[in-house]
Amino acid sequence: MSTSPANPKRALLAWVKDRYPVSKFVEWGKHKTVPIGPGAFWYYFGGITLFLFLIQVGTGILLMFYYKGSADTAFASVRFISAKVPFGWLVRSVHAWAANLMILAACVHMFSVFFMRAYRKPRELTWVSGIALLGILFGFGFSGYLLPWNELAFFATKVGTDIIGVIPYVGDPIMYVLRGGEDVSGSTLPRFFALHVALFPALLTMLIAGHLFFIQMQGIHEPDAWKAHPEQRKTMPFFPHFFMRELLLWLITLNIVAVLAVFFPAELGIEADPFSPAPAGIKPEWYFLATFEFLKYMPAHVGPMEGEELGLLIISAGFLLWCFVPWIDRGRSRLMTNIVMVAGVAIIVFLAIMTYLGHTS
Amino acid sequence: MWMKGLFNRRRVLNWFLGGSTFAWMGSVMYPVLRFLMPPPEQEASVSAVKAATLTEMAPNSGKVFKFGRKPALIVRQPDGTFRAFLAKCTHLDCTVQYREDKERIWCACHDGFYDLNGTNVSGPPPRPLDALEVHMQGDDVYVTRKS
Repeated sequence: MSTSPANPKRALLAWVKDRYPVSKFVEWGKHKTVPIGPGAFWYYFGGITLFLFLIQVGTGILLMFYYKGSADTAFASVRFISAKVPFGWLVRSVHAWAANLMILAACVHMFSVFFMRAYRKPRELTWVSGIALLGILFGFGFSGYLLPWNELAFFATKVGTDIIGVIPYVGDPIMYVLRGGEDVSGSTLPRFFALHVALFPALLTMLIAGHLFFIQMQGIHEPDAWKAHPEQRKTMPFFPHFFMRELLLWLITLNIVAVLAVFFPAELGIEADPFSPAPAGIKPEWYFLATFEFLKYMPAHVGPMEGEELGLLIISAGFLLWCFVPWIDRGRSRLMTNIVMVAGVAIIVFLAIMTYLGHTS
Repeated sequence: MWMKGLFNRRRVLNWFLGGSTFAWMGSVMYPVLRFLMPPPEQEASVSAVKAATLTEMAPNSGKVFKFGRKPALIVRQPDGTFRAFLAKCTHLDCTVQYREDKERIWCACHDGFYDLNGTNVSGPPPRPLDALEVHMQGDDVYVTRKS
């Protein structure tokens, strides 16, 4: 039926079109639109998170060419990457900075979705899959932090895995599996490495696919006011208008990462020694600081419970409520919407104060 | 009549297939879960560890030493006597140390303090430290588990 056009430059396109329904995708791309409005800027943060993840994949693969994942060799191999491998310091610093910015971008994305109330029907599963994605990003951060096998990471991992052990019934077995034994030791490192480079990337890729699929199926959330006033509706084509803007932001993000990596390169610290006391000033990564600080303020005992158990219970309950926000605020009651929005502001204030106190203490 | 509804051919087959699927998943998951759970390590048969010597440690000082596979802390109190504990903070598992300025045992992770009996006195630690026994043999200080 179809033949290659006379123009040889289009022969490849004709060859592909002859075999795959390319025109359908092109048609779909032409009709896909993105809302324009006061909140439109925030729509870019999902894409920025995705871009930072792609940087992580690239730099992560590069680091794996030199990294040796055992307690005897990990610290020396990271030192070798930072000190001897050409541009090793840059690759490692970009990996560390992009990781932090990725979590920051994901948090901004989540809170912007929250305050735009874009979690409401029919986007409940997009919200839940987004929270699962953020959870995996935290897993990435937690597992990656230990890999250089330095003192700070060693004790942060001890504390982090011990917190998991507090969960009733299942906590102890999970902690035992994560640590590869009773204590954080040389057995822990290969497990964290496997999680960091195999399990989490696989899970994240599947979840990103699901998350994007939901968004493609339902389109991007539009402001609620447009339902009542359709004449106010303003959109721009996804391709090329939104796409090119997103690309520009990706370029800016890349520049920010590069500047941070060059001027504030990732530090290595001193090698972990399981038989040395925890150093003063031990802190986890900034995104765990609020939890870390919160647990510090819990008293030893509260009634029949230990303070850390109660603290963890409060955090878990808050997290569950956060997951169920689309079902708590369905947009039927103005009062409930206001309560949920105020709670969102309170959570941000609480996290900011705790993070600040954790940072300065 | 209800017996017929309960045991019709489709229903029995569905139960059979569902049951088989569960059994199959169980037979796959059980070895995987067991594989992930590391075999219990043999507790190092530590009976006595030489932790320090009299001349090595001045009064009002502490030292972390290996007690089998675990870190332990020996403290020479200001009066010259010794106390020893497992150095694992009862809050979140960090390794504790001796603070000479406060004459107390300190966990740097969450600023928890224990007195020289190992009792948790301030901060979040919920329980006392596990105490060990100290024995003197000439100039050497030996530490054993509590009998």
